[in-house]
Amino acid sequence: MISARSRPMSDLERREERTAWMLLIPALLVILLIGVVPLVQTFATSLSDAFMASARPARFVGLRNYAHLVRDREFWVALRNTLVFTFGTVSIESILGLAIALFLNADFRGRGLVRAAVLIPWALPTAVSARIWSYMLVDTYGVVNDLLVTRMHLFPHKVPWMAEPGLAMFSMMVIDIWKTTPFVALIVLAGLQLIPRQLYEAASVDGASRMRQFLSITLPLLRPSILVALIFRTLDALRVFDVIWVVTRGELETESLATYNFRHMIDFRNLGYGSAVSVLIFLVIAVFVSMYVTALRRRGTS
Amino acid sequence: MKRVAIVTLCVLAILVGCRRDMTSNSGQVVLRIDADSVATSLAINQQLATEFERKTGAHIEIIKGPASASERLSQYLQYLGAKSPDIDIYQIDVIWPGMLAEHFIDLKPYFTPQELAAYFPSLLDNNTVAGRLVALPWFADAGMLYYRKDLLVAYGYQQPPARWDELGAMAERIQKAERAAGKRDIWGFVFQGRAYEGLTCDALEWQASSGGGRIIEQDGRISVNNPPTIRAFSRARGWIGTICPPGVTTYEEEEARHLFQEGNAVFMRNWPYAYSLANASDSPVRGKIDVTLLPTGGAGHMACLGGWQLSVSRYSPHQREAVEFVRFLASEYAEKLRAVKMSLLPSRMGLYEDKEVAAAIPFLASMKKTFLEAVPRPSNAAGEKYNEVSTRYFQAIHRVLTGSRSAEDAMRELDQTLREVMAR
Repeated sequence: MISARSRPMSDLERREERTAWMLLIPALLVILLIGVVPLVQTFATSLSDAFMASARPARFVGLRNYAHLVRDREFWVALRNTLVFTFGTVSIESILGLAIALFLNADFRGRGLVRAAVLIPWALPTAVSARIWSYMLVDTYGVVNDLLVTRMHLFPHKVPWMAEPGLAMFSMMVIDIWKTTPFVALIVLAGLQLIPRQLYEAASVDGASRMRQFLSITLPLLRPSILVALIFRTLDALRVFDVIWVVTRGELETESLATYNFRHMIDFRNLGYGSAVSVLIFLVIAVFVSMYVTALRRRGTS
Repeated sequence: MKRVAIVTLCVLAILVGCRRDMTSNSGQVVLRIDADSVATSLAINQQLATEFERKTGAHIEIIKGPASASERLSQYLQYLGAKSPDIDIYQIDVIWPGMLAEHFIDLKPYFTPQELAAYFPSLLDNNTVAGRLVALPWFADAGMLYYRKDLLVAYGYQQPPARWDELGAMAERIQKAERAAGKRDIWGFVFQGRAYEGLTCDALEWQASSGGGRIIEQDGRISVNNPPTIRAFSRARGWIGTICPPGVTTYEEEEARHLFQEGNAVFMRNWPYAYSLANASDSPVRGKIDVTLLPTGGAGHMACLGGWQLSVSRYSPHQREAVEFVRFLASEYAEKLRAVKMSLLPSRMGLYEDKEVAAAIPFLASMKKTFLEAVPRPSNAAGEKYNEVSTRYFQAIHRVLTGSRSAEDAMRELDQTLREVMAR
């Protein structure tokens, strides 16, 4: 960050640098306290056999928790489910969000109202909307089956949306996509509105088709916004908990990393083992973060 | 300089304001109880608290805990883990004494044997860990069989089923006939099949009533991998999709109640609370239902024991006064009030002969027999590992019910898992 210098710093420059550090130190301290210290504590706990709310003293056990972790089949299932869930939901959300943003960018009557309405799924707390969906998806008296089976006869029998492994994962992904697509749409819409109209006008004058305009003007200029939306959504999807806990409790092989963590740390009160899982989740997320940061940086220097 | 002085004063003011004021001016004893705070509960508890305050001069604060049992446990673990003196009395679930015993005082020295004899022995047993009575029973709960007496009579059955096999046969016949007659949405039997603590209750009832044991016996023996248990769970698997809707493996108490109350289930397994709701003025099955003991599988009518108890925290600065309030809350007077106003089944055996309580709870007579024979979950045998034991149990049952494991394989795996867990 400090570029090579051909001569020593002047007094003014030194003073400016010192002021910069003084302004940064409070923020750095806060990040240290809220971010780094708990992380180190969690790592320390993961090396012990601590048990929650117990008088039993915690003993140092080295990397035993991690050894159990890699040998636990349920952990790998949870990792697989989390990755499948992340890729599935984020990819569909991005495409749908882009489509909705393009639609909302057009001029039509009542646009303001539609834009506000579109945000409602995102505004509801996940646990609440997941609960509402799980009521709607009940096989016997739920609204979804009533509509699709009893009235529209799309299926011969009432579908057990939450009771079969594949269907349950599908249902949870639909609930999540329903909730978070507005968020992607909002961010992409903001990016769309930054694109100057003159570019489109000039392209039309040159004879470019709508599709050509979309591919050559819209998409390239939207890349930063799409990337930002992708980062947010990926990190959120990797930590998915609410929708899975409410719909299946992690059964039917639908456990995610977060539900696996919760089960061991809070339900079973294995603080030591749970901390090891937390550290591992942190590492998984760190991998994705570094991938995205590299993508961003490359964009910045190009 | 002036700005620095103002900022410092503000910070100091905030810090002083945050300091908790533990003692009131008159040096009065303040007792805090973390208890049931759903609408009617809160009102009744407040009434009892006020009466106690008038009698003793202490001040009672009722802390509103979360409605969900597992969230309540998480909250308690935080308080107890921090050895907090802030809460004196905790309302605990029937399965928590084993897990939380180290944090509560022994109540035996404060009660005479005659006083304790008023409560159900099964509940007192449940609340005694390593010889210490860590909680006083407050109100009781146990699984029951609800049935549509109008449908049973219409198809020629004079009595509800006494055995699980009978229930299966009756449910299948009535369901088939009713569907042929046009009620296409009706199912034979509905219970709590979701992978949660409720499934442990239902499955334990099937297992114990077939002679398969109680998951972990008092002496620590694991009993899940035996023929009666495997038979019981295989039978349950056979119900799914035939007399039980496939979605039953996602139902908790409320989903089962909704289906039964709509008139779309012939039989339901649920707790007593559903009775007054199913007979309410807006219920489609009002007057058409009745309750009885759960069927037997050859080894007795087993109902899973539920209910809530009262414990006094070891970290409370007013243990003696707290015990007095607990004594008052679980007294004949207070329990009768709660029974009459809220249909909460008393933990005192004497109240089951009381006419006013019987008027409020019509099925009172069958409940007394149920409680005397109820099967408790192995929370004491499993101790602090109960959550893990219960989770592994209901996960195994859930796999059998959804068909992803045979009962034999699931029980074999479960046996191994439980041995590992208990050996740790």
